[in-house]
Formats: sequence, C-alpha cells, structure tokens
Amino acid sequence: MRNPNLKRLRRSMMFLNCQKPGLIKDPYVYGPDSILLDLEDAVAEREKDAARYSLFHALREIDYRGVERVVRINGLDTDLWREDIRCSVAGGCDAIRIPKTETAQDVKRVEEAVAAAEKEFGVEEGRTLIMAALESARGVLNALEVCTASERLFGIALSGGDYTKDLQTTISGTGVELMGARQHMIIAARAAGVQCFDTVWTNLDDMEGFRREVETIRAMGFDGKSIVNPRQIPIVHDVYTPREKDIIFAEKVVREIDEKKAQGIGVFTVDGKMIDIAFYDGAKRTLALARASGKYKGEL
Amino acid sequence: MEIKKPAVAGTLESSDCMVTVEPGEGRVDLELNSVVIRQFGPQIRKVIFETLKRLEVTDARVTVVDKGALDCTIKARVECAVYRSGDVKENLPWGGVIV
Amino acid sequence: MKNAVGREIPEEILKATGKEPFQGNHYKDGVPFRKAGPIVRPVMDNQHSKLVENIHEALVKCKAHSGMTVSFHHHFREGDLIVCMVMKEIHKMGLKNITLAATSLGKAHDDLVPMIEDGTITRIEASGVRGKIGEAISQGKLQGLAIMRSHGGRVRSLVTGETKVDIAFVGAPTSDDYGNLRGIGGKTDCGVLSYSHVDGDQAEYVVAITDCLVPFPNFPAHISMTKVDYVCVVDAIGIPEKIATGAAKPTTDQRKLMMAEYCTQVVVNTPYFKEGFSYQTGVGGASIASTISLTKIMKERGIKMGFGVGGLTKPMCDLLDQGLVRVLLDTQAFDLDAVSNVINPAHHRITAGAYANPFNKGAFVNRLDYVILAALEVDVHFNCNVVVGSDGVITGAQGGHPDTAQGAKCTIVICPLLQGRIPAICSDVTTVTTPGESVDIVVTDYGVAVNPNRHDLLEVLKAADCVPLRKIEELRDTAYSITGVPQPVEFGERVVGIIEARDGTIMDVVREVKDVTFDS
Repeated sequence: MRNPNLKRLRRSMMFLNCQKPGLIKDPYVYGPDSILLDLEDAVAEREKDAARYSLFHALREIDYRGVERVVRINGLDTDLWREDIRCSVAGGCDAIRIPKTETAQDVKRVEEAVAAAEKEFGVEEGRTLIMAALESARGVLNALEVCTASERLFGIALSGGDYTKDLQTTISGTGVELMGARQHMIIAARAAGVQCFDTVWTNLDDMEGFRREVETIRAMGFDGKSIVNPRQIPIVHDVYTPREKDIIFAEKVVREIDEKKAQGIGVFTVDGKMIDIAFYDGAKRTLALARASGKYKGEL
Repeated sequence: MEIKKPAVAGTLESSDCMVTVEPGEGRVDLELNSVVIRQFGPQIRKVIFETLKRLEVTDARVTVVDKGALDCTIKARVECAVYRSGDVKENLPWGGVIV
Repeated sequence: MKNAVGREIPEEILKATGKEPFQGNHYKDGVPFRKAGPIVRPVMDNQHSKLVENIHEALVKCKAHSGMTVSFHHHFREGDLIVCMVMKEIHKMGLKNITLAATSLGKAHDDLVPMIEDGTITRIEASGVRGKIGEAISQGKLQGLAIMRSHGGRVRSLVTGETKVDIAFVGAPTSDDYGNLRGIGGKTDCGVLSYSHVDGDQAEYVVAITDCLVPFPNFPAHISMTKVDYVCVVDAIGIPEKIATGAAKPTTDQRKLMMAEYCTQVVVNTPYFKEGFSYQTGVGGASIASTISLTKIMKERGIKMGFGVGGLTKPMCDLLDQGLVRVLLDTQAFDLDAVSNVINPAHHRITAGAYANPFNKGAFVNRLDYVILAALEVDVHFNCNVVVGSDGVITGAQGGHPDTAQGAKCTIVICPLLQGRIPAICSDVTTVTTPGESVDIVVTDYGVAVNPNRHDLLEVLKAADCVPLRKIEELRDTAYSITGVPQPVEFGERVVGIIEARDGTIMDVVREVKDVTFDS
C-alpha cells in the first residue's frame, strides 16, 4: 500500500536547527504543517555529531502533535549522510530531505540507505518518505527524473540560495531570477504527481514582500513553502486559506459528484457551472485547505 | 565505555546543558549545577546516571551545568560527550544503548 | 490556620503581626475605620529655610533614630541612587533596627545586603524585592519579617497607620527651595511621583532629595511644599538610562505575538469591549504587542477607550495621541515616550491611592474593564504568583497585580506555559499573591483557559470561536508532560516574609529556602 502521507497537506515547512534544544522542544505551538529538522547547513561542522543525538531523542521523546517531522540530512558528497539516515530512521522520522539533489541516482542512493535503515531498526518498510531539494541548474533541469525516481518521494523543493549562485545571480526579492526554475519544477512535479515547495524567504524585516511571494507561488500551483521563522507561518496559512465562496462551491461539487457518480451521471452543473469528475480532486483539496485553516468544519 | 580523555558537549544556552566527561578515579563522580535543581534535581541526576549506565561508563568525572534542559536533551548531551571521548563517530547504536 | 486560598498561615505569625488570614476579596468591603494622621510641625516663620546641606543634616534634623521606619519610592527603578545614598548615611550613623518601607526594591539596591546582615535593616516592607535583597531575605538573613504588599495595599497600610513612617525620602527630579516637587524638568526625569503622595500625607517628616534645584515656585507641583519639611540637593538622584529607556521595539517573537493575538481576541470578543471601555496593560513583549493589535481593531470598529491607567508605555501614549483614548491616568512612566507624553493635557498624573487603595471611597482600579497582567506561575485554582520564583526565592513584586486583578471586570493573565523547564501553569503556585477569585482568563502559548467562575465569559468565547480554549488542568497536564512533574520546593521552618492581601490580611507566607543536598 502506498504511504498515505505522500499527499498530506504541507503549506508550511519550517527549518529548525537540531543543535538548538530551545528550538526543537515545542515548535508545534506555532502550528506548522511540517518541521524540517536540520542536520545540514544550520549545524556547525564540529557539532554534526551533537545534532544527531539531540535529533534522535527529540524524535523519540517529544510529542510533535501530528506535525510532520522531516530531517534534512547532510549532502551526499559528505561522509555524514549515511549516519544521518540511520539516526533519523531509528528515531522514527516521517521523511528525509535530500539537499543538493541533481539526479534520479541521488534519490535512489538515499532510498536504498533509508530502506536498509528501516530494516536495521525494525521500522515498518516504506514508512519513511523522501523529498528532494533542487539547488543547482542541473538539478532543476533534471526535476522530472528526480520526481519519478522513488515511490517514497513526495515532493521536490527549490533551494533558491544555492541555485541563484549557480545561475551567477542573487536573490533580488522580486523573484525574477527564480521564475524559470519555479515554472519548470511545478510542471515537472505535477507531471510526476508529486508535490512542489518553494524556497525560503530570509528577509524577516520585509513581511509584505514575503506575503507577495507566497501569493505568487500559490498562484503558480506550489503546495507550500519552506520557512525560516515561525512568524511566517500565519502569513503562509492565510494565503493558502480558500475564500468563503470557494469553500461553499467545493462542498457542493464534492457532494454532487458523490451523488451523481452513484447514479451514473458524468456531467452536470453546480451554480450554473459545468462540472465533471475532473473537478473532484481540486474541490477535495480546497476543503482540506479550508479545514486546516479552521474555515471548514464539515465532514467532506 | 572507557573515558580515556576529556570531552565536552552542549552549551550554556537556555533549555540546554553542558556536559563534561573526564577520566575518573574508579567510580562515577557527578557534579551537577542546575537552574532548576530545587524542582528537578533528583530527576536530572537519575537521567544522567541511567544514561551513563547504559553506555557502561563506570569510571568518570562528570560535570553537568544545566540551564533548564528537558530529559531528552540531557541524555543527548551525555551521550555526545561520552562518544566524543571515545572517538566513536559512526555506526552508533541508535535504539540500542542510545534510547 | 488555613485561609481562603487554602494556605496555612502559622498561628505565631498571626499573633506576631496581629493580622487575620485572608478571607476573600470582599471581607473588608464597607467596614469603617479611622484614618491615621501624622505629627505636623508648622512653618509660619517667613525666614525659615528648608534647605539642608546634606543627607546627614536632614537625618539629624528629622531626629533619625534606631528602630525608625524610613520610606522611599521606586520611580527611578533600576537607576535609583536615593535608597542606597540614605541608607549608607544611616549606617554610618550607627543606627540599627531600621524598617525599610519602600514602594519597591530591586537590583539597584544590592548594596544594602551587608546592612541586612549587620542588623541595620531588620524589617522590609515593599511591593516586592528583586535582586540580591530578595535572595538575602529568602536565605533568612533579615532578622524581622519582610512584608510584601501591593501598591494599593501599601497606601492602605500608611493611611490606617499600620505602617508609621518616621522619615519619607522623596527623590524629586526637580524641586524648589520650598519643596514643590515635580517628576519632570530635571536631568533625571521619571515623569510622575505617584507612589510618594501617601508618604507626603502620612509621614512624620518628609525630605525631598533632588539633583536639580529650580526657582520657586516649581509649578504645578506633583507633591506640594505644604507636605515637605526639608530639601536636600545632591549630585545625582538616579541614572537616567536605567530609569526609562527608549520604547521597547515591538517584539518579533512569534510565541509572544501569538499570546498577544489570543489576548486581543479575548478582549474584542467579550462584552466590555465597547465605546468608552477602560484598560490597563503591562510592559511585557506580549502585553505591548497586544495593545498594538488592539489599536488596529479599535480603529476598524470605531471604538474608543474611555481611560487607560497604570504604568504607561509608548503604545498607550500613541492611543492618546491618535485620539483613541479619552484620558490616560498615569502612575508610572515605563519609557521615555511615556515620560515626555505627560505634556499632553489628557495625560493625567494620579496618586497610588487614587489608583489602587482598597480603603478609600473607590479607586480607579474598581472602574477597570480589562487588565492585562503577567505572572511567574498560575495554578489550577487560578491563583497567581508574581513574587516568589519557582525555586522558592523572592524575586518579584506584587505591584498593582492584586489591585487591578480584583478591580477589573475582566482580568487576563498572559503567561507562557513553560519558562525553560519550569511549568508556569502548575497544581499549586509556590506562593499566592493574587487570589484565583480575581483572575478570569489565562492566556498561554498552548491555549486560553477561562476561570469556571466566569461561565459568562466562557460562553461568549466559545461562541466566538476566536481562541483555542483549554481547561486550566489540561494546560497544567500538558506542561507536566513536557517537563516532568516538578517536586515541591523544600523550605525551612522559618517564615521570612508575608504576602499581604490588599486589605491587610495574610494571603500567604514565604519561608526560608533550604540548601539542596544529594546523597551520592
């Protein structure tokens, strides 16, 4: 059976430095959909080992109250990532985030290590998901092969900092330098049926700019955004909250399709709009987003 | 595990603790300093001793300066200091004696 | 004997102090008493000079003696130089057995610890004690009792004559040579002199200490020459940058912002939020953030505040400048913006008595709709502790906490669930300072709890579906599940301090702390 968490809601994925006990002890109070427990860039070179012990016990002993726990491991070009995976899987993490992914082969290497760790530590096979961060021109161009490399892979994420360096430009705040990558990645992700996440916004003094960027990536089809500060969570969730009339419409669509399907009717109208089964998933997603933001308390 | 050389793990930030292990004098000597010693002193000592026991550390001087760390952090820092002292970096016994 | 909040008050303490155990908020409501009055030495000689050369001369002229009570205000807060200046002189004169009756004591007074140890100071009465003096008291170094009372309770204590002040020292940013005192216009401004008013009325001698002598008359006076015996000019009465700093930058800590948002939602969804409502808040990051977010909603809905009261900060003064509050009633200026805002004609100084004294014919706190407070601990009975740390050591002050909490129609306490490993929501607070019957709503980062006594508030908040509502026991259980259950702090037998309720009964006692030892 495919892991039901592949498609879970991931509007906000918040980075946390595993080396900082104060950060990882109760981030769930902020209500992110996922946390990205970082063993990579945030952790100083000489504290890589310390971060793992903290991670392991946090995964085992802290009740994250349903927030998804994704671990960002160190790069495949280091001698750290295999032990990172052993520690994370043994701790019972929900997913591994691969940094600097460039090829399907990268995903497969991680998949093998994850599978081996699941076996070693008696974790249910297939429990641990994977996501891949694309951080280079080559990685972005290979988005489709990355997206289809593993059954465990739930999505890809753009990592804008390294990517813009590779393009020989910088983050401008306007998004112009990320346009191509974003467009390419969301298309690849949708083609492969996986999720797609946007890069971090680090200028915490410009929350208006942040909101505009979230609005942009939502309009482009992205499922969510990596974030660096809990202050960004309410903004992301607000942007991803469906409008009242969209919720009402989605509810009608789901109801009608469920009903008409039973009666064997394929095409019909809701509020004067032609509707068929192709609307179903979108309407379901709208209701899921509405429920997550507290705007919908219904059953559908 | 044998503590052959001094090693330190952790910081003095709030919610963290700093653990130092050094070669001992035939037993485990613990020096504990905690901002919550009056409310959690016995619990913290218990966690430290249990962790050392699992790691089979029987001969060490252990100094812990605690700034309100949760049990999971205390364990993590003790383990880190002990394994650093023994230069163990890979194939750690996750879910074994680290639990 | 157990009092109304279930605290055991030892018989010998009741006997020694002549006090009763706390019997509930309304025990003394309407009970008549006769006001005490001080001895006054009239000045009719038009050649009389009130100026003295130095503190020593002031002390001699005021007949300073062993066993006397001296009083001070805390308007200079961490920048205060007056208390130590005067106490050093008293110490030099070899006087002993002094009762130090300050409105509050803090880190600025760490130097007094040796005077506690050598018996110069044997009793302390204050709103509370931060810093080394608090530690010294908790270690049992003070020979007599420390009495912690609220700002309103202190006024009551002076007015009833329970506390008889022999000499009141009033640090004054400006004074003329005849003792007209103002909190502004000098080099060490604190804005107002609210806490010293009652000392001016009730002390036998009143000595003004200033570092800025101005021409007569220093007017309008915050404390009148009619109450002042002597004026002493010194080099410096305080350290300005430690008295009031620039307004705190609004917090960017999401946890505080969340609590602020919960608090604002509670305010705007309860029935007292309507045209002309009254409001008091504190200086914490969440309180300030809450005032800012409340301002937004007031503008959106076109609702104006009738009055804001208490210690003031920039966001409250901004409300006044924007015409969103009719009057501000100032007892204490917490930042430079609040100090300078005093020139706004709708920014009024009030006395600590008018603010909070439970024994006058009605104080401003009685007319509060909302008060936003903080606490070190809140227990499942909604009792709050703001004086004694969870480790048993005296570390804070009552301030106006019990006064405003009792007075306000809706008392909201903001308190993060955890302070490091210390659960702030607990089974029983270390020491009760504000009784649960005064506390209506507790806002934490893990949710909002409503006192079951306030079924009305619980219903409206449920209906509004605006904040995550939790039972207070749930919050406590969550806290304990994260930190582990804290063991009760072990105290020694000796009572070192008492927490006095507003009406002078005993809310709780503070015992000596014991050293922690382990058997290896």
